[in-house]
Amino acid sequence: MKKIKTKKIAKIVWKHRDYYLMLLPAVIYVIIFCYVPMYGLQIAFKNYRISLGFSGSKWVGLKHFRDFFNGYSFVPLLKNTLFLSLYQLVVSFPFPIIVALIINELKGKYKKIVQTVLYAPHFISTVVLVGMIAIMFSVSSGVVNTVLSELGFEKIYFMGSPKYFRHLYVWSGIWQQMGWNAVIYISALSGVDPGLHEAASIDGASRMQRIIHINIPSIIPTIMITLILAIGSLLSVGYEKAYLLQTELNVSASEIISTYVYKRGIVNSNFSFSTAVGLFNNVINVTLLILANKISNKFAKTSLF
Amino acid sequence: MKKKKIQLFDVVIWFIATFLLIIVLYPLLLVVVNSVSDPDMVAAGKVIFLPKGFNLDGYIEFFKDKDILTGYANTLFYTIFGTCINLLVTVPAGYALSKRTVPGKSFFMTMFLITMYFSGGMIPTFLVVNKLGLYNTRWILLILGAFSTYNCIICKSFFGSIPHELEESAEIDGCSPMRVFIKIVLPISRALLGVMVLYFAVGHWNSYFSALIYITDDSLQPLQIFLRRIIILAEQAAKSELGAELDVSFANREVLLRYSTIVVSSLPLMILYPFLQKYFEKGVLIGSVKG
Repeated sequence: MKKIKTKKIAKIVWKHRDYYLMLLPAVIYVIIFCYVPMYGLQIAFKNYRISLGFSGSKWVGLKHFRDFFNGYSFVPLLKNTLFLSLYQLVVSFPFPIIVALIINELKGKYKKIVQTVLYAPHFISTVVLVGMIAIMFSVSSGVVNTVLSELGFEKIYFMGSPKYFRHLYVWSGIWQQMGWNAVIYISALSGVDPGLHEAASIDGASRMQRIIHINIPSIIPTIMITLILAIGSLLSVGYEKAYLLQTELNVSASEIISTYVYKRGIVNSNFSFSTAVGLFNNVINVTLLILANKISNKFAKTSLF
Repeated sequence: MKKKKIQLFDVVIWFIATFLLIIVLYPLLLVVVNSVSDPDMVAAGKVIFLPKGFNLDGYIEFFKDKDILTGYANTLFYTIFGTCINLLVTVPAGYALSKRTVPGKSFFMTMFLITMYFSGGMIPTFLVVNKLGLYNTRWILLILGAFSTYNCIICKSFFGSIPHELEESAEIDGCSPMRVFIKIVLPISRALLGVMVLYFAVGHWNSYFSALIYITDDSLQPLQIFLRRIIILAEQAAKSELGAELDVSFANREVLLRYSTIVVSSLPLMILYPFLQKYFEKGVLIGSVKG
């Protein structure tokens, strides 16, 4: 009986062999570069030695987590990470929506030009973006300081003061991504039934009213999905940019969990400790994602999974 | 009366759009303008709108700098071959997942989706790469990120939306699924492939952190690593106490090089994306957000 069943399964699998072949490279990749590292997460609870490997190293329980929570850097790290990511979420989230609503009202060639130009910064690398910030906000030759001094203000060393780090980070992000992130809303808006607009204008609705009562409600599901995803990655703020923007002088604001993991782990080879810190970060992210998904499911009837 | 109101609305929209346009365009143009201006004027912060003087020394320095040229060649290599690997791994997987009949489909889907939200993180991945002997080799920059769940989902929903009749008739004619995919499906999926090439190529071209973590050899470093040294670290060095003693001619050379490297390194993508714009704006993205 059992033999027949396995034979049947084998036959079905064989029939679909081409599809499994297509999946194979992806499955191999995901196992080696995603699941083996997940298995390696156990070193957060161990004293990892390269010679002993993931499973051979000695268990130390929650020692690394205790060290992290009791260490002097825990509170500032968590604070910096949370402030930066919340500031980014709250301030930058509405921009792509507004951009999409505006582009949707434009017509013809000008619409095309505005769109193309607004996408451009997305294709600049983070290194170049930070380089442009360094150049524009430079004390000696930057435009911003030139203008400030022309207006009679004192020059400010933006890159070197903790006070400005978050503003530079978030607003440069808005500049870079508002156009690109609007794409998804623009395509949602292009799917709005033109009949709705016709009917509304016959009823005497102004264009502003039509935006508020037709366009915005029609992109709410897209907004919710984007919001859930944004909340889920709240603590994984772009470490690349934070690291690049970091200077010795602004480190009190720019040191976030991920840059800390990089320095303690890769630079100082503190593998177990930094894995524990990274795991803590990851667990909070997943919890936030699930919570956001639940809440959205309940109140907006939209959910990711 | 009503007509006038509509016009006012258009004017307001036009003004906001133009304002955004200028905000985005100004920093980009400023870099270009500075790259062709007199370096003394640039260093003094005098160039804020129109070019002052005309000078192409920055570009000449660029092509004389061995490090940068190596970086440029390396980045070209990583982008071209890395993108090919990305396509080979991600696109067929997306096609297989778009077939409802494949047994175990949801298992693989879940397997991929989990990696979107949960990962081993930087350090365990680093240790695995080390163990595999990929540390400080070209391979790691080609392979890392070869599969992207997000892009795979885009592929899946794109393939799911093309009419099945074509594929079915080919299969009745005795074509294997692999042949159907290569001979029939791929040729009509140019929009998708264009977008995938763009996404992956942009990722490789601009990638910086992987090289920072995994590559130590200067001869293997991509352009972005050298860019950081020239653009950012130089700026920070100039600000430190030591910077005051920096040789003026060295400083001016750095200033020159900074703008020209930004322009030359960003140019390929700036030229590429407008051609693919119609693809990523339409169709391909619809319905792909939700897994």
